[in-house]
Amino acid sequence: MKIAIVKNYYGDFGGEETGGNVPKEYTADSTAWPLWEVFIRSKQGLDHKHAGSLKAADAQMAIENARDVYTRRQEGVSLWVVESKYIHASNPDDAESLYEPAEDKIYRHPTFYDLPDEIKHM
Amino acid sequence: MDQQQLIDYTLFLADTNLILAQRNAEWCAHGPILEQDIAITNISLDLIGQSRNFYQHAAILLGNGTTEDSLAYLRAEREFKNLLITELPNNDWAHTVLRQFVYSVYAQLLYTQLMGGNDKQIAAIAEKALKEISYHIKWSSEWVIRLGDGTEESNQRINKAIDNLWPYTGEFFNPAYYETAVKQLDFAGLQDSWTQKVTSVLEEATLSFPQNVFMHSGGKQGVHTENLGYILADLQYLQRAYPGAEW
Repeated sequence: MKIAIVKNYYGDFGGEETGGNVPKEYTADSTAWPLWEVFIRSKQGLDHKHAGSLKAADAQMAIENARDVYTRRQEGVSLWVVESKYIHASNPDDAESLYEPAEDKIYRHPTFYDLPDEIKHM
Repeated sequence: MDQQQLIDYTLFLADTNLILAQRNAEWCAHGPILEQDIAITNISLDLIGQSRNFYQHAAILLGNGTTEDSLAYLRAEREFKNLLITELPNNDWAHTVLRQFVYSVYAQLLYTQLMGGNDKQIAAIAEKALKEISYHIKWSSEWVIRLGDGTEESNQRINKAIDNLWPYTGEFFNPAYYETAVKQLDFAGLQDSWTQKVTSVLEEATLSFPQNVFMHSGGKQGVHTENLGYILADLQYLQRAYPGAEW
């Protein structure tokens, strides 16, 4: 018996046609509904934030499921859903080269300016 | 409209919501998929909320220490005035979504008429409920279309649901003694608009409904199918066995 071990990262299924968190060959039921990521804006003027994921047959159902699963307690005023397969994630193995170079560059924060006293609320 | 008719009418609205809520709640932890389990139980909670509002109103009209709880938990089968269609078993998902669809379309039209009525409290409850009802129609009509225009199996199931449930839709438009007293209700208009809306969704779902079938009625008058006794046994057991129990 040949066992293939595939290491997957969250959302890292760009080549998949079916979407979902499980690669196609391991899906028990090929008719299973795809996975969707849900983003909620909690009030006007704020950004949509990732809230979680759910299964749905199509975008319309995904919005309604998101409404039922994630906004039952007045969590939001607007919903986005996107099929998980369309989200591409950075690889945790690349963390050193991607994020560490920023660590010694604190001057990129605009905190080194002397502000005149007259300017408030900066 | 005399006081007794107003009380009976309010109880009809309350009972119909409560029994349909109880049936939908039976799906809790048995839904076809987690997300839809939550969707159907959310709808159940909406209906319980509507029934509570109507029971509270009826309790005030009745007085004598009547409460929403005594109305829900301590009345017998023949005193319940819910529509027969609400007490039928859930059967499968197709039956459940079709019942919700035909009922919600009826409820939307009915509550819209009730908003213009003399009883300000019923008008206010109806207005609040309509927001929930329009979501129930959206949710259930999409399921009817999905099943009708889906696979061979789903089409068979929704067709079976239509055959089984259709004979219970006539009761919507067959006024009980207390309904004829509600002046603003236009049953002919209700039936026309209902038929139009339901037909348009069924057509989109590649479905049609049977013509000239025998229509059951009786629920509005307290004459029920054998199902209601079992529902009440489940619903009322605790308050009957331990009167006044709280948690």
